[in-house]
Amino acid sequence: MKTMKKLRILTIATVAIISLNSCSNDDKPVNEEEVITTVTTTLTGGGQVITLTSRDLDGDGPNAPVITVSGNLTANTSYMGSTTFLNETETPAENITTEILDEGVEHQIFYQAPSALGTFTYNDTDANGKPIGLQFTLLTGNAGTGNVTVTLRHEPNKSAAGVAAGDITNAGGSTDAAVTYPVVVQ
Amino acid sequence: MQKTSLLFCLLFFGTIYSQNIISGYVLDENNLALEKSHIHLSSQSTNSKKDGSFIFKNVPSGATKVYITYVGYKPIDTIIDIKGNLSINFKMKQKKEQLEEIVVKHKNNYYNHSVSEQKINEKNIEKYSSQSLGNALKEVSGVSTLKSGNTIVKPVINGLHSNRVPVFNNNVKLEDQQWGMEHAPNFDINTAGKITVLKGASGLQYSGDAIGGIVIIEPLTVKKDTLFGKTIMTAESNGRGGTISSSLHKGNFCDWSWNAQASLKYYGDRESPNYVLSNTGNREINFSGDLKYLGKKFDFSSYYSLYNATLAILSASHIGNVNDLFNAINNQIPYVINDFTHSIKNPRQKVQHHLAKFNYNYYFKDKESISLQYAFQFNNRKEFDSRTGVPDSRPALSLNLMTNTLNADYKLSKDTWDYKAGVSGSYQNNAASPNTGVSPLIPSYNKIDAGVYAIVDKHFTTDFSVEAGIRYDFSTIEATKYYLKSRWNERNYSPEFDSFIEADFGTQWLTKPQFTFHNFSASIGTQYSFGKEYDWYFNVSRAVRNPNPSEFFSDGLHHSTGMIELGDLRLQQEKSNKIGTSLQKKWTNFKININPFLNYVEDFMFLKPTDLEKTTRGDFPVWEYEQTNALLTGIDINSEWQINEHWQHRLLASYVNGKDKSKDDALIDMPPLNINNRLLFTKKEWCNLNLELQSEIMFQQTQFPNNNFTTNIIVNNELTPVEVDISTPPPGYHLLHFSSDVQFKASEHSMATIGFSVFNLFDTKYRDYLNRQRFYVDEIGRNFQIQLKINY
Repeated sequence: MKTMKKLRILTIATVAIISLNSCSNDDKPVNEEEVITTVTTTLTGGGQVITLTSRDLDGDGPNAPVITVSGNLTANTSYMGSTTFLNETETPAENITTEILDEGVEHQIFYQAPSALGTFTYNDTDANGKPIGLQFTLLTGNAGTGNVTVTLRHEPNKSAAGVAAGDITNAGGSTDAAVTYPVVVQ
Repeated sequence: MQKTSLLFCLLFFGTIYSQNIISGYVLDENNLALEKSHIHLSSQSTNSKKDGSFIFKNVPSGATKVYITYVGYKPIDTIIDIKGNLSINFKMKQKKEQLEEIVVKHKNNYYNHSVSEQKINEKNIEKYSSQSLGNALKEVSGVSTLKSGNTIVKPVINGLHSNRVPVFNNNVKLEDQQWGMEHAPNFDINTAGKITVLKGASGLQYSGDAIGGIVIIEPLTVKKDTLFGKTIMTAESNGRGGTISSSLHKGNFCDWSWNAQASLKYYGDRESPNYVLSNTGNREINFSGDLKYLGKKFDFSSYYSLYNATLAILSASHIGNVNDLFNAINNQIPYVINDFTHSIKNPRQKVQHHLAKFNYNYYFKDKESISLQYAFQFNNRKEFDSRTGVPDSRPALSLNLMTNTLNADYKLSKDTWDYKAGVSGSYQNNAASPNTGVSPLIPSYNKIDAGVYAIVDKHFTTDFSVEAGIRYDFSTIEATKYYLKSRWNERNYSPEFDSFIEADFGTQWLTKPQFTFHNFSASIGTQYSFGKEYDWYFNVSRAVRNPNPSEFFSDGLHHSTGMIELGDLRLQQEKSNKIGTSLQKKWTNFKININPFLNYVEDFMFLKPTDLEKTTRGDFPVWEYEQTNALLTGIDINSEWQINEHWQHRLLASYVNGKDKSKDDALIDMPPLNINNRLLFTKKEWCNLNLELQSEIMFQQTQFPNNNFTTNIIVNNELTPVEVDISTPPPGYHLLHFSSDVQFKASEHSMATIGFSVFNLFDTKYRDYLNRQRFYVDEIGRNFQIQLKINY
């Protein structure tokens, strides 16, 4: 009889556990916090403001990023450049740029383009005096067309050969963003 | 409860009035006296004297249980019918331990008569005290491992793993997110007393979906009135850490018995021959215990275990996109090599598994019994990643999996017939935390399962038996999942699955996919002994496995593999048809077991690369779950050769060939041919000295599908297309391991064993095809191990 009683208590306990556990919070979608949807590089110089934008509103979803380049660059001109990162899946959009700045030691942005398009020089430093790459200068070349690639690396080895000068070859780390823009210098 | 059982004991012992004197001698095979053997007669016990004699007074009449033990000898466990004073001699036989280490056939305690079961006994389990279940299972031919680093190890049986190889711990199916290739069974090897591997789906009393095989773990049970304990301490050079495991066992014939066990593991970074494998440490704190009441007609037990582990994930395996993967594969050196440390950073996994169960067995007669069992499991898995702008303490994946299971099983042996039948039901709830800031790979879901089986076994003669079984399983699952509308359209789920849509959240659909399955599985087989010590086993089985939540619902980026993994709502059950046979031959000094098999799996589910998707992070290959018809064939061989009194040779070899029949291509992740040779030296006179030299040969896998793809990387500031070689298996390798141990008396009541081993004796540099981290780093190098075991 005692067994019966125990079984009854057990059943009640089980039901209680089930009902307690079943209530998971699924009433709205997860806020995707880590996603970078939008990378914008703004180049100001020679009386122009050129913006390079990559926007992928479905994050890791199947749609490809939309790439826009607002105009052509002028040859042999110095442009002040800056890059911002946004998560536009949230409203209002989350500005990831500030997080990169706060964790500057752990991040670096790399700019790469054929030499005909120009050369990039860093204008900012992290707590260790190494570049982050949110601010930079672009000195355009004579003329040409090609791709500019902007890469955000998490935990790169900034002390490796060439990395502080902007060479990605030995940087290591993991890629948080990598976007490519077709650019014309004339 | 207690009163009832007391009554049983009283009834049994109290109804008999007459008191008798029982005396005699305990002797060995040569009729020499055995002093201090422990003799149990019903509720009394004594030790034999110098001349082997013993005497019991006031013994009641009736059938009385006798149990005699002596170190190094097989215990005697029998029932004598006492009608008056009795003089009786007991002859004890010496244990031949070396021959019993891998027990191939157990006539009394088997899971299926028509399958040659392979077991790992306590002594071998102890050797793996500091390692994982997966590693210990490699002691069985045909079992290999699928690893993610050194601490996350999954067993692979005849080429199949994960949900295809359910693990039963103490008669409970382990429910711990086994769909993931980087999710090891949440189980502490130190709680196992015996491990049995059943290849194929022949264990129908357990489950009907074991397409690869079943791993059955039983805790140590003590059926005599004694109290003893065991402590195993292991220290290791590679990882600079150790393991300590302690257990206490209180056994009994009748009345209460209990076991308690706890273990602790603490390791820092492992090291490969040339560099530190940064962030590869692990920690474990585990506990298990049970309390059992043995009555004459029934027993009742309750069991609880906790597995609690933190596992670091190699820093260099955290990559962002396929360019990083390409760099890792081509550089052959990890991008993160830090100095050795014991500390664990992100990425890491934190897993907790609670198991509580209650079991009641009632024995109607000697050979008829019923068993009732309720089990509760709670699994909490948290995976932490290196993330930008998120505190390290916030997991990227957090899942709570709760499972309730009820089982009722009935057994009957009548004449030459054995019957087994049972029903089971379970309710499972998975809760994926939405507070991670990352869409969960596995959605929240509720699942209800019910099963019923019947097995019959007919012994035509002592040498010939046939066993047949059938099982029906019902399963229904309802998930709650958000789909990006772009994904829903890309998958072409509309209009076929539009009925699952519950609500519109702008860019996403809230869906509640629901699926119900009815599955039949069956097994038939025979065991036949002939000639001089030939045993032949033959079994045909059919198993059906439902798509798991990962196969249905996966939808996102896998950071360590740099791939987008997509499930498919259209998947159907996969059906395995397996023929396994096994031939055993025993000569006086040589024993061999040859075990070929053929497994034809209809609608085999696997991941296949289909496309490349562009995201802000870069390009990613898309891997989709697809179905094909697969054929797995292979052979497992093991042998034991007792060369002379001191020397022994053992061989384990296995080969499996996996074919995708629909595409006429090889299957991915098939273990290559491997041969394991051991030479053992034993000398009892020298403190029970054991020496073992083990050679492990792994060939290069030459049969694999080509899944390479092209991506653009930046070379000299310009985008250049390159091929990412994710397919080519690493070269084969040969490792040598050495181990030794001696045993001595530490005090009057305790024995001590000291072991010294070296794993990877020559510090060989190698990579393993079935290690998910083979793209990033070499395997671990030489490891010195000292193990101290004290029995008390």
